Order: sequence, then structure tokens, then C-alpha cells
Amino acid sequence: MDRPPEDNSWVKTDLVMAPLHAQNAFEAITLLGSRLYAAGYVRESFVPAVIEREKKFATGLPTVGIQVAIPHTDVEHVLRDGIAVGVLDSPVTFGEMGNPEGTVEAQIICLLAATRADQVVILLQNLAEMFQNPEVLQQIVAVQDPVRIAAILNSHLKTVKEVS
Amino acid sequence: MNKTKKVLVACGTSIATATVVATKVREIGQEIGVTVNTLQCKAAEARAKVGTFQPDLVVATTPVPKDLGVPVLNGVAFLSGVGIDKLKQDIINALRA
Repeated sequence: MDRPPEDNSWVKTDLVMAPLHAQNAFEAITLLGSRLYAAGYVRESFVPAVIEREKKFATGLPTVGIQVAIPHTDVEHVLRDGIAVGVLDSPVTFGEMGNPEGTVEAQIICLLAATRADQVVILLQNLAEMFQNPEVLQQIVAVQDPVRIAAILNSHLKTVKEVS
Repeated sequence: MNKTKKVLVACGTSIATATVVATKVREIGQEIGVTVNTLQCKAAEARAKVGTFQPDLVVATTPVPKDLGVPVLNGVAFLSGVGIDKLKQDIINALRA
């Protein structure tokens, strides 16, 4: 609603980092979060807040094949809706959501920045459906091109576009 | 006559993943003819909310204590897809209990 109609896709090419190289989950979050910050999507407090939350409530998802993580934090750290997406050259370890003993080797990281809770929910519902399709995740890793990665993601996030 | 069950859904912030899970749990209830009232809370509030809301079931996307006195299920399968059929069945069993 706050965005012009020509610009209402969730995933912008300049917020896709592929290949992304990081030593660990927190470095990956910092690199992706810095991109969001530089583009004016989030406040300076965003990255530290995401990392603090990740330590307490891990967001790695043990999806089939390619594993993913969906780090996020509270809306007060966010200025504009967006997602930064990192496709790692080699996966980094995230804690597994809901399971303190589990870990996930995440190769796709979707760092969520949303200004309203209802937007996060719709976005998450769409992402969750996409994550349940191992072929789409394989495709995202295989293409290695930010333009095509953004296009694949946006094609699966249509409902978000329609709603917003 | 429709049965009504109460389900407490817990996650880190009580907003994002809990809403996804709560929606799914209500859909499952509809499919089997059970009216489901959901309440969302932060993981840290789970014990207190079990006392006040008195749910029949807790579904969580973050670790919560297992000794809440009601069944506790891990709802992450609704996000990852892994184990989703078993989770649905476990929820159906709990809603029919």
C-alpha cells in the first residue's frame, strides 16, 4: 500500500546476494542486513536485533534437500518492507527452529524486513509453501544469478503482491 | 454437535510463525468438524498462558517446557514441510481426544 504499483515485488535484485560467502550464520545475517540498511529498509538497530533473536529463537528450517533460514525481528527495527536473500557458496550452520538440539546447514537465507506483522505472516505463509517444494530450492541455488533468483522468488510470492 | 477445543500457539515473538501455525491448526479443526479457539503467545509466556487459557493442546515453533500438563507439539513442520503429515495427524488426534 505504501509502495508504488510498479515497485510492489517483495524481492529486489539488488537485495539478492549470490553467491554469498560467509563463515557463519551471524556473518551471513550481517552481510545481508548491511545491504538492507544501505538501501534504507531498516534501522541501524536491525542487524543486532536479528542476531540477538536468532541466538534465543533459531530460524533454521530442516527442509528437504537445500535447507533454509528465515531470520527476522520485531517491526520497530524496520522502515520499509523487503527481503534480503543470500544464496551461499557453502552452507552455514543455523540452529533449528523449535529444536534446541538441532542444527540446519542453511544454503538459502531469507532475511525478512517487514513493517507490519500481518505482512510478515502472509510472506511467511507464501515462503513456507515454496520451501516445501525441493525443486524450487534446487533451482534457486542452481541459477546463481540475482535477477533470476529474484524472479523465481517473486513468482512464488504473488499473494503478497496482491494483498499489499 | 460441534466440539470446541483450545489451542495455545507459542513462538519467539508471538506474531510471525505463531500466526502461520494458528491458521493451519484452525484449518485442520474445520476439516474434522472441531471448532478451534487459538491464542498466540511468546514462548516465555507459555506456562502462564496454560494456567489462564487452559488449552487442550500447545503447538510451538520455539522450545517450550514439556511439563505444562497438556500435550505439546512442535509446529515447525508447517514451515519446513518435513513431517507435516505426522504433525497434522498428531493435531487431529489431540483435537479429537
